[in-house]
Amino acid sequence: MDWIQNLGKNTIERFSAIGRASFMLFGAIVAKPNLAKGFPLFVKQVYVIGVLSLVIILVSGLFIGMVLALQGYTVLVDYGAEDSLGQMVSLSLLRELGPVVTALLFAGRAGSALTAEIGLMKATEQLTSLEMMAVDPLRRVIAPRFWAGVFSMPILAMLFSSVGIIGGHLVGVEWLGVDQGSFWSIMQASVQFEGDILNGIIKSIVFAIVVTWIAIFRGYDAIPTSEGISRATTQTVVQSSLAVLGLDFVLTALMFGS
Amino acid sequence: MNINKTDFESPHVELKNVTFSRGERVIYDDISMVFPKGKITAIMGPSGIGKTTLLRLIGGQLYPDSGDIIVSGQNIPKLSRKELYAVREKMSMLFQSGALFTEMNVFDNVAFPIREHTKLPEDIIRTMVLMKLEAVGLRGAYELMPNELSGGMARRAALARSIALDPELIMYDEPFVGQDPISMGVLVRLIRNLNTSLNLTSIVVSHDVKEVMGIADYIYIMADKRVIGYGTKEQLLESDSPLVQQFLKGLADGPVPFHYPAPSISQDLMQG
Ligand SMILES: Nc1ncnc2c1ncn2[C@@H]1O[C@H](COP(=O)(O)OP(=O)(O)OP(=O)(O)O)[C@@H](O)[C@H]1O
Ligand SMILES: [Mg+2]
Repeated sequence: MDWIQNLGKNTIERFSAIGRASFMLFGAIVAKPNLAKGFPLFVKQVYVIGVLSLVIILVSGLFIGMVLALQGYTVLVDYGAEDSLGQMVSLSLLRELGPVVTALLFAGRAGSALTAEIGLMKATEQLTSLEMMAVDPLRRVIAPRFWAGVFSMPILAMLFSSVGIIGGHLVGVEWLGVDQGSFWSIMQASVQFEGDILNGIIKSIVFAIVVTWIAIFRGYDAIPTSEGISRATTQTVVQSSLAVLGLDFVLTALMFGS
Repeated sequence: MNINKTDFESPHVELKNVTFSRGERVIYDDISMVFPKGKITAIMGPSGIGKTTLLRLIGGQLYPDSGDIIVSGQNIPKLSRKELYAVREKMSMLFQSGALFTEMNVFDNVAFPIREHTKLPEDIIRTMVLMKLEAVGLRGAYELMPNELSGGMARRAALARSIALDPELIMYDEPFVGQDPISMGVLVRLIRNLNTSLNLTSIVVSHDVKEVMGIADYIYIMADKRVIGYGTKEQLLESDSPLVQQFLKGLADGPVPFHYPAPSISQDLMQG
């Protein structure tokens, strides 16, 4: 009988967390923005969240592009189709790996840091003391971080794909000897702006919203102790990774399914 | 000094029949208190009795189960968010932990409320901030980050921040903890001076009987979910209530329980 009780309790807790998360987001982004004060905060967060994630994104992108080219070549060369290597690398990156891997790396690099930072601000009463100074922490702390995450991740995903394609070129053309002209021209002929690039960007905007939202909510809702914060950080990474992979399936089915 | 009748005609803060509980546990059972305008009122009581909770109730961070909390004529639990923020702009709270913003240095911490709520030019802000820091003896430390301060320094920096905008009401949660005798003396005088020069209303939560006796106009002693003693220090010292005497003399045995509510110790030990 206990497990039924637990199931009920967990379900209620899930839904109430979603409710609290929605309230938080609503309070943060619906508030009338004060551009003069908000913009510098936003820029600072874009630096902390986006710019500081650049290295891991670029390095990973390069390696993933190189691995894709290596793997793709061994398959394609059997059919004499190695000229299509550029197409294969670029489509894999733009449609799937760019948005997905960027979101996963982002959750691990920036998302966990966001959760820990906000959780610690809560534990050390910084959020309460903002409130007591009549400054809304949702606007001052949550909103700039949310917008910075939503803004940064799609750009990071585009950089990831671009660097990946360069990595594919390095391995495919420079190392394995695929013809440079066909590598680029077949890629250009087959990649469509709307079907591939735009859909990839849409995916990564969706992932950006979900991952950033989970990260800031987990911090904001954390139990204000060191144990609570460490749990919240883990939850951020686990929940946002699962959300990204699940949503990717749904979005892919919608975009490329029929 | 005796209780001055005029102090109570228009109190700055007033609690009327406030009841508050955390889950099942009742913290306050139907208490009423007044904090006269322009006076220093101290709240003393055993640790864990709910003194910080009381300040949070006044600040509108917690809502009472029932009762009214009136600040400057406004009933805090009934205010909308916007009205509450308007009241908070005129009050200030020194947190037990200091609660400095860890991403800013001392200067920016103190300047923060000024920058948020006024449009003053930077050079005036600079003067204001340095004056507040001078008052707490930390002018030389304005460039330090909060993690480079000692506990006592952090608390003084936080005090400078909480008086940055010259509030009308200021609540100090344990301002004397972790201060050496010199800075303690400075803080006591500072709180007294702020009070007389700006005529602000101060609520001081503290365990330091001696310091509190030195500066407070009125003193509340809390225990067991209610107010057990109230008056000027003379009245309290003369009080024949054993509860009050126990607290002022710092005795562990007496009517005020020192322990968190628990089953009897023999019962607990037998179970193990
Ligand atoms: N977030 C919370 N959830 C549940 N109970 C709490 C919470 N915060 C405080 N309490 C309980 O409320 C009671 C009053 O706490 P409070 O912090 O107001 O005490 P205090 O009088 O300020 O003590 P101290 O002098 O040690 O600072 C404590 O017994 C504590 O167990
Ligand atoms: Mg306390």
